[in-house]
Amino acid sequence: MIEIKNLHAEISGKPILKGFNLTVAAGEIHAIMGPNGAGKSTLAKILAGHPSYEITEGEIWFKGQNILEMEPDERAHIGIFMSFQYPVEIPGVNNVEFLRASYNSLKKARGEQEVTPEEFALILEEKMKQMEIKPEFKSRNLNEGFSGGEKKRNEILQMALLNPSLAILDETDSGLDIDAMKIVAQGVNCVMNSDLGLILITHYQRLLDYIKPHYVHVMVDGKIVQSGDASLALTLEERGYDWLMQTTHEDV
Amino acid sequence: MTTQEELYQAKNTYKYGFSTVVETDSLPKGLNEETIRAISEKKQEPSFMLDFRLKAYKKWLESKEPHWLHGSYPAIDYQDISYYSAPKNKPALNNLSEVDPEILKTFEKLGIPLDEQKRLANVAVDMVFDSVSIGTTFKKKLEDAGVVLCSISEAVQKYPDLIKKYLGTVVPIGDNYFATLNSAVFTDGSFVYVPKGVHCPMELSTYFRINDKETGQFERTLIIAEEGSYVSYLEGCTAPSYDKNQLHAAVVELIALDNAEIKYSTVQNWYSGNPDTGLGGIYNFVTKRGVCRGYRSKISWTQVEVGAAITWKYPSCILQGDHSVGEFYSVALTNGKMQADTGTKMIHVGKNTSSTIISKGISADKSHNTYRGLVKIAKNATGARNYTQCDSMLVGDQCTANTFPYIEVSNATSQVEHEASTSKLNEEQLFYLSSRGISEEDAISLIVNGFCKKVIKELPLEFAVEAQKLLALKLENSVG
Repeated sequence: MIEIKNLHAEISGKPILKGFNLTVAAGEIHAIMGPNGAGKSTLAKILAGHPSYEITEGEIWFKGQNILEMEPDERAHIGIFMSFQYPVEIPGVNNVEFLRASYNSLKKARGEQEVTPEEFALILEEKMKQMEIKPEFKSRNLNEGFSGGEKKRNEILQMALLNPSLAILDETDSGLDIDAMKIVAQGVNCVMNSDLGLILITHYQRLLDYIKPHYVHVMVDGKIVQSGDASLALTLEERGYDWLMQTTHEDV
Repeated sequence: MTTQEELYQAKNTYKYGFSTVVETDSLPKGLNEETIRAISEKKQEPSFMLDFRLKAYKKWLESKEPHWLHGSYPAIDYQDISYYSAPKNKPALNNLSEVDPEILKTFEKLGIPLDEQKRLANVAVDMVFDSVSIGTTFKKKLEDAGVVLCSISEAVQKYPDLIKKYLGTVVPIGDNYFATLNSAVFTDGSFVYVPKGVHCPMELSTYFRINDKETGQFERTLIIAEEGSYVSYLEGCTAPSYDKNQLHAAVVELIALDNAEIKYSTVQNWYSGNPDTGLGGIYNFVTKRGVCRGYRSKISWTQVEVGAAITWKYPSCILQGDHSVGEFYSVALTNGKMQADTGTKMIHVGKNTSSTIISKGISADKSHNTYRGLVKIAKNATGARNYTQCDSMLVGDQCTANTFPYIEVSNATSQVEHEASTSKLNEEQLFYLSSRGISEEDAISLIVNGFCKKVIKELPLEFAVEAQKLLALKLENSVG
């Protein structure tokens, strides 16, 4: 579904990604772990099309299409979704109004009939019930005054509504206590299906107790240095990242 | 549309920048006592009006052009302005069918159809073209309710007693330099009178259009709400894109008696000058003030200011009656090289008076946007309350936003609250929304309208949607 080949990217002249490769097929869950500053969040933003990064080399193929030149909204239209590590607050913009604008923008781009506010209310109702989100959430403004947990749940709700074919979850567990994390993980599992490719970016192994990855990759200094199955995460938990960082330095 | 106009549009995205060719009857440029006598004569005014004007003119000669605005403007050459310009084929009052078709077309283009079938539903409109009122719609329906909506010139003829009693009582002749000038040379504007106990059955509105290149617009508006009455009034403004600055110095006076309520809304979209060179545009130097004279009276100002090269105005409330209420809701958007210095004054005189100020400033490009406000609680205003919220949003890094709140409290039983914030419309917000499939245009619109929501919701519904679109349109080229 998505194929990232030899990706090099920089911001303000500073190289962040240095030859990143990854292929994710539908129905697969890939976890990307790594120390701070390895470029994990950069990778997520680049996949979603953040304008601040410059791609200096490499390709990203999604459903047979090179998406490097596509705008963030166009990427959303073809089924790419990124859950933000730090979702921004947008004061005064009603949550439901935003969700409907987002939902309809996808409909419109795909040449489908946009839904009316009434129809949307029903769709949203169902998703919210699934994710156990309280009704008062609808009257609030987009992420405004949300707790860390509420923001992350809002991200997963958006993912459930937009039904993407590729989802990148950037540190969805960061800043959450164990209960909040369980709820979010449950939401993700609820959305997961055989047509969806999932990239989980996480710092800690604990999220992987709740969302079971098929593959675990370790990212250090802008590229993947080690790949394995779920057990790799446990090894990392035990040994930390140092041993991998040393091997990469030796490689150089 | 000519190529010239298309050029303007491409450059400025100011879609009201066209001008209309009509035969005009205008006074030669220059200002002296003769000019004032000539204006008064053209309007066949009673002698008390001429006296009013001459008194103002004398005061004006003695006063000095102020320059304390946060920003700057070159000294204005008052002899280089024509103080009267009227289309030659001015219709007999009450008969829109005689209006010059070119002018009707102009208003049509501006989205203000005068045609019976196409009129805005439930909004009575008075159109002011340069110096004169062109006509008023829905006269009959208003008459049935006893409400008067007409040009101030007509009111001077038909209701001299009301004019004598109220004109200049809220904004005195010598109030400030520009108000004084207006008192001397005002040519037209709107007059509204709502009798005792009448709830005005429809929105009233005036549409101001400056067309002529050399003309200043000095309109005068007077609204009187008698005991227990209610009226909602809206004004809209546009002007062609000329590369020369034009002066607009209006005066608006509102009077609310016991238990009366006046809601006054403005959508101001004067030509703001060339966004790159700063050439041209309207100087919008306006004095707006309302007095809540009666017990439990209420005056509410809502303004959406998105145009004019320089805006300098403070719609204010004098809360004289006990338990009276003043409100000020404002969105001021500046882009290009615009300068806005705007805010309000809430003067608490009566007991248990309360006021609310919600101000939202958005500055983009190289513009300057300033909120300046005064909350004054007089000695006898026991139990007075004010709540003020001033928020600024910056778009880009070359603009400025300032807040100058003045608070003077002479009464210990009063309560004054002030909140302020400054934020940036940033790439991260745009990226967030666009990563959810929302186009950049819609994303800007969502963010800005979210920011201004508290103000926009105060506008009459018909205009709220327009105002939202206008805000988004204005910012389209400033973001990204």
